[in-house]
Amino acid sequence: MVEVANEPRPTDASAADSLKGRTIPPEIWPLTALALVLIFNALFTPGFFRIEVRDGHFFGSLIDVLNRGTPVILLALGMTLVIATGGVDLSVGAVMAISGTVAAAVIAHPPYSVLSRLNLGSGLATVIAVGLAVALLAGIWNGALVGLLDIQPIVATLILMVAGRGIAQLLSDGQIITFDHAGFAFLGSGFLFGVPFPVTVVLLMFGLTTLLTRGTALGLFLEAVGNNPRASLCAGVNTRWVKLLAYVFCSGCAGVAGLIVTADIQAADANNAGLYLELDAILAVVIGGTALTGGRFSLPGSVIAAILIQSLTTTILMRGVSPTFTLVVKAAVIVAVCLLQSTKFRRILRWRR
Amino acid sequence: MAQIKTGISRQQWPALITAAVCLLLYVTGCSLYPGFFSLRVFTNFLSDNAFLGIAAIGMTFVILSGGIDLSVGAVVGCGSILMAVLIERSHLHPFAAIFVVLALGTVLGLFMGVLIQVFELPPFLVTLAGLFFCRGAGLLISAESVSITHPFLQKAARFAVHLGSASLPLSALLFMLTLLLAIFLSLFTRFGRNVYAVGGSEPSSVLMGLPVSTTKVSVYALSGFCSAFAAVVYTLYTSSGNATAGVGLELDAIAAVVIGGTLLSGGVGYILGTLIGVLIFGIIQTGISFQGTLSSWWTKIAIGLLLLIFIVLQKVLNKHLLGRR
Repeated sequence: MVEVANEPRPTDASAADSLKGRTIPPEIWPLTALALVLIFNALFTPGFFRIEVRDGHFFGSLIDVLNRGTPVILLALGMTLVIATGGVDLSVGAVMAISGTVAAAVIAHPPYSVLSRLNLGSGLATVIAVGLAVALLAGIWNGALVGLLDIQPIVATLILMVAGRGIAQLLSDGQIITFDHAGFAFLGSGFLFGVPFPVTVVLLMFGLTTLLTRGTALGLFLEAVGNNPRASLCAGVNTRWVKLLAYVFCSGCAGVAGLIVTADIQAADANNAGLYLELDAILAVVIGGTALTGGRFSLPGSVIAAILIQSLTTTILMRGVSPTFTLVVKAAVIVAVCLLQSTKFRRILRWRR
Repeated sequence: MAQIKTGISRQQWPALITAAVCLLLYVTGCSLYPGFFSLRVFTNFLSDNAFLGIAAIGMTFVILSGGIDLSVGAVVGCGSILMAVLIERSHLHPFAAIFVVLALGTVLGLFMGVLIQVFELPPFLVTLAGLFFCRGAGLLISAESVSITHPFLQKAARFAVHLGSASLPLSALLFMLTLLLAIFLSLFTRFGRNVYAVGGSEPSSVLMGLPVSTTKVSVYALSGFCSAFAAVVYTLYTSSGNATAGVGLELDAIAAVVIGGTLLSGGVGYILGTLIGVLIFGIIQTGISFQGTLSSWWTKIAIGLLLLIFIVLQKVLNKHLLGRR
């Protein structure tokens, strides 16, 4: 199976598209949009492309876009795999809140938190391990509901989306846990080789995900399950475990994102951490050329789209427009991208011509 | 088989189980806390959750047709602030402002429905765009909440029908009215039957010659109208407009619909089930506030648990008892 997966496969264009002789990779749309935003900034936003070196660290709007975009990029990586199987994970925002809260509670062990009774110590490895373990547990929960019990993904993950934030608030007793931990704070605001550490984490995770999906047969399995679960089951793919794995991986990504956000602000806010980020992540995946119906996916597309969303936000902020305007722009972008990807809309356009 | 033995059709089972759970919760609440069993507490279930209920009714139609509407919470926020600003700053008569809000809500729903139906876009994404748009538009109108001092609305907010020691305020009455109209619409009209048919099986409905496109577009328009109406009720209830009203309301509405026994795959469910789902919300919230030592986040955890129980139950029912799929 591994040999098959290593062969170049026409994943970038659907079978229907390649039949028509068109092999436009799906990444072209977000890439074009990103280029347009960057060109707009080059022309109208002074200083957007300026990158300064201060204390051996890079600073500038472009670096900022990457750094601020980290959570959504991470979520989008995991979400891509879930959407490839034809599912969706609504709970990633809540999982971010849980893993962040758990990590903060382990460090600060505040008296009001249930977690303090465990007395885990506050070594960096322990903090990260516990934070990630909780996220993976959440993923197993989601994956079991979808993969083993065969529940609709939207509903199955809705449970954790609603209850997850409640659990995070329960663990923090509804308070914002602040902490002081130089090692953990590095995860969110440190610099490695002059680049913000979160960006390094994103690169590592992107490499890992690409390796997992394109270097092994897993990517093929994910697409097979998304295309036709029954057929892939008949072909010997263990669809249950493939789905379970996708949700566990997605939650793991959310856990990493939760840790980074918590480390960055050196506080865990169970109420607001990752709020609405699941929607941004789904948006990034869809703009990146992965269809919500599943069956094929593009990791680079998702990452580019996540960067696009963040650069839109940053552009709006830098131009001094009210940040709420971002929401309206996002709405327009969703509709535009959906229309561009809709075969029906293309047909109508062609018919007009 | 089950149908012959019990005389209860498979569509009715989930709603019946919901009713049993609701009754169980209510009895538990009454036995645990003195004062829980009173007409006053019961009418509060209705008035406190009126806007959730009205939004959930619109959502029920969408889910029955096999779709989903994520925009309801944002429409409530946007509609609420728009209504307050129209009355307070533009000095429009409340009736005119209410009309504008309802019309805009319906048009937004209609627009989303057209995008979903004509261009075959996923409802999840289109209504997500609606969510972002309305939340953004609401905050752009006014980020601060605007209180309404118009005498007409103050009178309306105080209006109530007295039932002994308890009273039904206007919000509860409007909820009941919407509920009755929705039940009539879903069970006794051609439109209602079309919604069930489209949700049950879209290809079959097409083959039967039913107006599938019109039905699906109307369902989103109806949901838009219901959300806008929920915004009006919310504004009446709080006597102020707030752009951040209804954050997460869409999830509560979906949860109430699912707990109410409506299948998310469409075609199976009842408006009355949604009422029971909303009542369960009210009972849990009131129970937690009666308990006193439990914090508000237990509501979320309890709702999550209930969702889980109902979804697994529906699965089991579908698989074993009813032999569906």
